[in-house]
Amino acid sequence: MSPGVLAAVQFSWLAVLPLGIVALAAVAVLLAGARAGQDQGEALGWFSAAALAAAALPVLASLGRSRLAFDGTVAVDAYSVYFELVILFASAMTVLISLRYVAEMGLAPGEYYALVLFAALGMMLMAAADDLILIFLGLETMSLAVYALAGFARRQARSAEAALKYFLLGAFSTGFLLYGIALIYGAAGTLKLEPLRAALAAGTDHRTLLLCGVGLVLIGFAFKVAAVPFHMWTPDAYEGAPTPIAGFMAVGVKLASFAAFLRVFGLHLGALAPTWTAVVWVVAALTMTAGNLIALAQQSLKRMLAYSAIAHAGYLLVGMAAGSNEAAGAILYYLLGYAFTNLGAFAVVVALERRGVEHESIADLRGLGARAPGLSAALALLLLSLTGMPPLAGFVGKLYLFKAALDSGLVWLVVIAVLNSVVSAYYYLRVLVAVYMQEGGVAVAPLAARPALLVAVGAAVLGTVLIGVFPAPYVAAAGAALRSALSLSSPGPLALIAR
Amino acid sequence: MSIDFAPLALLLLFPALGVVFHLFFGPHLGRHAVNVVGPGVIFAAFAVSLWALARLLTLPPGAALRLTLWHWIAAGGFRVDFALRCDALSAVMAAVVSGVGAFIHLYSVGYMHEDEDYARYFAYMNLFTLAMLVLVTASNLLLMFVGWEGVGLCSYLLIGFWYQRPGYAYNGRKAFIVNRVGDAGFVLGLLLIAGTLAGGGVLSFDFTALAAHRAALKPVAGAVCLLLFLGATGKSAQIPLYVWLPDAMVGPTPVSALIHAATMVTAGVYMVARLHFLYALSPAALLVVATVGALTSFFAATIALVQTDIKRVLAYSTISQIGYMFLGVGVGAFSAGIFHLYTHAFFKALLFLCAGAVIHALGGEQDMSRMGGLRRALPLTYWTMLAATLAIVAVPGFSGYFSKDLILEKTLGAGAGTLWLLGVVTAGLTSFYMFRLIFLTFHGETRLAGDRYRHLHDAPPVMAVALVVLALFSVGAGWVGLPPGFWWGDAFARFLAPATGALPEAAAGAAVGALAQLAPTLAMVTGLVWAWLFYLAFPGLPALLAARLAPLHALLWRKYYVDEAYDLVVSRPLFWLAERVLGGVVDAGLIDGLVDRTGLAVETGGELARLSETGNVQDYALVYLAGAVLIVGYYAYLVLR
Repeated sequence: MSPGVLAAVQFSWLAVLPLGIVALAAVAVLLAGARAGQDQGEALGWFSAAALAAAALPVLASLGRSRLAFDGTVAVDAYSVYFELVILFASAMTVLISLRYVAEMGLAPGEYYALVLFAALGMMLMAAADDLILIFLGLETMSLAVYALAGFARRQARSAEAALKYFLLGAFSTGFLLYGIALIYGAAGTLKLEPLRAALAAGTDHRTLLLCGVGLVLIGFAFKVAAVPFHMWTPDAYEGAPTPIAGFMAVGVKLASFAAFLRVFGLHLGALAPTWTAVVWVVAALTMTAGNLIALAQQSLKRMLAYSAIAHAGYLLVGMAAGSNEAAGAILYYLLGYAFTNLGAFAVVVALERRGVEHESIADLRGLGARAPGLSAALALLLLSLTGMPPLAGFVGKLYLFKAALDSGLVWLVVIAVLNSVVSAYYYLRVLVAVYMQEGGVAVAPLAARPALLVAVGAAVLGTVLIGVFPAPYVAAAGAALRSALSLSSPGPLALIAR
Repeated sequence: MSIDFAPLALLLLFPALGVVFHLFFGPHLGRHAVNVVGPGVIFAAFAVSLWALARLLTLPPGAALRLTLWHWIAAGGFRVDFALRCDALSAVMAAVVSGVGAFIHLYSVGYMHEDEDYARYFAYMNLFTLAMLVLVTASNLLLMFVGWEGVGLCSYLLIGFWYQRPGYAYNGRKAFIVNRVGDAGFVLGLLLIAGTLAGGGVLSFDFTALAAHRAALKPVAGAVCLLLFLGATGKSAQIPLYVWLPDAMVGPTPVSALIHAATMVTAGVYMVARLHFLYALSPAALLVVATVGALTSFFAATIALVQTDIKRVLAYSTISQIGYMFLGVGVGAFSAGIFHLYTHAFFKALLFLCAGAVIHALGGEQDMSRMGGLRRALPLTYWTMLAATLAIVAVPGFSGYFSKDLILEKTLGAGAGTLWLLGVVTAGLTSFYMFRLIFLTFHGETRLAGDRYRHLHDAPPVMAVALVVLALFSVGAGWVGLPPGFWWGDAFARFLAPATGALPEAAAGAAVGALAQLAPTLAMVTGLVWAWLFYLAFPGLPALLAARLAPLHALLWRKYYVDEAYDLVVSRPLFWLAERVLGGVVDAGLIDGLVDRTGLAVETGGELARLSETGNVQDYALVYLAGAVLIVGYYAYLVLR
């Protein structure tokens, strides 16, 4: 074996080292969980969190390189690093949030944490894959784990129902995605993204096949990011799933899906942009509007957050429709702020839940401001960020996103987005009205026994404030990630789409 | 020629420090500290103004002191500096404002010694003086407007100083709102100047720049002058915006003295004199100024004839005297107008402070019909007030004689016979109502209830000092402006001339007959005689006459029903518009309705859209499929197109 080949092989293994750590940890947790009792559940959780943190080290170590591994199927660039870090963070947060929840709800800890780790594995693969089949593989790894997690409280009818609906529609959707990939392969003769890009630039004789394939893949991704009209499963799934898993679905799944969506469409199908930006424009408008409107009518906090997650997917799609470098950078930045903020919001909901105490409806939160001032303040801050209140992360994210869309000339889409932002203020602030201005509600025990949860909420609040007040380093990181991904294939001028 | 003079900054710095001190430290450091600092900073400013005046006297005529404190506004080629400019006119104004103001502050120490809120009082008084000093030393029109607005704000704060008392805050508001009407005119004038000059490429509000480019302003001079004069009628209480001044007397009496003598009401006269080069461009605007001045003068004097509230009589006398000043500047005798402003400041401040001493001694009584015979009980107050009265009615040798006669002489000299006649009649009326005030208050038998008369005390020393000093000035201040040919002649006018200029015809001073020269004095004597007849010789006469001429008396007593008319014509329609139309229909109906219905529509939309969420997985798949068909259909359309 020549030294050059040897170096390439070594590099390849280094590239998937983080994935390996997470996979090994998942297997270890699964095996240990089979023997461990309920009382050792927390130890398993801490182990999982530690494994996720350990996986971040080799990710960081690969920063600064911009290469393809495994014969061009895995990208090692700042883009994958950016997403893998955020995914690892979101997964670790999910574990922290789950620690006491799993114990209190009597869930099987070994299987639970192992599934979270497997889902994280799939998500990271989606972020790093530079090959349609590998993306599909990551997506399925993630999805199967998340289906199971959604139905994890299997003695509850609602949880089982959530898992079943999610799985049925997910399977349905997988068909679209896979068929689309097949058609693209038929048209372009490759599944690797870099050659695909080159093939598209050279032109294809099979335009019909190609376009139908693109349309079907678009549908597949639209399902995963819960865009209208492929969103119907979302509220049911979020409501039935264990609350930490709902947060994981809202953040982790969305992160991974947008990572792949943006890499495939934004970075590599740019040549076909006029055909898919028009579709995304309509889908974005529908998603924002439907998500926000239906969120207005919700009485359940979890369902409200589910619709809010749909609405935020809509805002992100505005960036996709804009299809410029600035918009792509804004999407990356937005997802970071969104991860902190939304995980924090779900963490607060988890903090309020107890076995036998249904803390479901917004009305239950009445008077919380007096009962739990710290937690209420955190919730207020997070919801204000979701509303888009300066100077929090949510505001800066929307600002960059909408500005990029305006620069691309999508005036009317931005008008719709801003109007939707106004509508969203109503249902977010309605929660705060209940918390601070009304009385009644359900009393909960003090939270002193949940240090991990408090750390998670604190981290979310801190991140939401820091990312919003000092956006520059994060914007710079997002921009660097994007440039790195672009430079993999085209060392020339950086442009997603030649407009 | 203008030279830099850094001490000008101190002129503003001292009162500014006073404001800060009284707001933040005064309440904690106590009454003694406030009593020292309050008047102290104004005396210090007075000293600075005298310094500036002395410096100017050593310079050749037409020189000015200047100081740029900082660059205030810079936008493109447009720049406004926070800069001061002190020529003869500004120096005189600054000295009058700070000098008279200083003695009013001193008097306040005694007058307000029982008030809890003395620190706030002195903070506002210092701020008032500061704003007025900014107004008179500003080097540009925009900075002048800052002072202009500042005195408006301070008058509001001080008139409503005792805001706890019912109705007092209302009067403060009235002063503020009436002034806003005038200020709107001022702003429009300012913008018209800026717009016109900008058209010619000049981006400046500096008075020197305005004067240099006045030719460019010639086409709009009439409109500019009238708009600015509207502002002046607000600040200086002239027809039609004088209505706030009589009501302003609900503030503490030293405040009235400050408003009526040193600050605020003189602002309009100063502004016209400062912009004399603009007014000179528009004889029509000057005619309006002179006519409004003369009419206001006469009109206010007639109201003062029958009022029984001692401060109200003085308030109308102020309006009347300011009218004289506008008559003076209106006929182009700018320095004569300022001369009357200068003498008036002393005797009007003194009149108010004396009235304050009377009110103070009587425990708040202001109605002259319940006074009488106070001459022996309050001798100092009596003699000083008599000195001020002799000055205001223009007894020869007293300060008011020189200035008022000069204005009337210039009026006749300018050929405005009718306005002159109006001024002479007003001089007679002034004499009548002022001696009426003296006779009713200090002469005759006392009308005080019970044995209160025996317990009266004259003004305490700290107030007495202010009274005596102002009395000396009331008597002697006019001697700086003697008629030409007597000793040093009209030194005041010579000093001001480079700064105020004069219309050629007014400067020429057409020959005025001896009879015309004597006429104002004759009118004054007539007024004195009638007052003596009515209130000392035959005390029953006024009631008899009032009964005989009941409609006329009622008309004067109710001040020509102007307040009622404004209420009917302006206030009520505005309130009706605000409450019924804008508040009821537009706001509550249209805007709220629009907002409410938008919210309702969105909420209903949410409820309807929610119905799509059936919970049935088959339905979900169906919707999914429909979406998929549409998207794939779109791509099929793209291909087949």
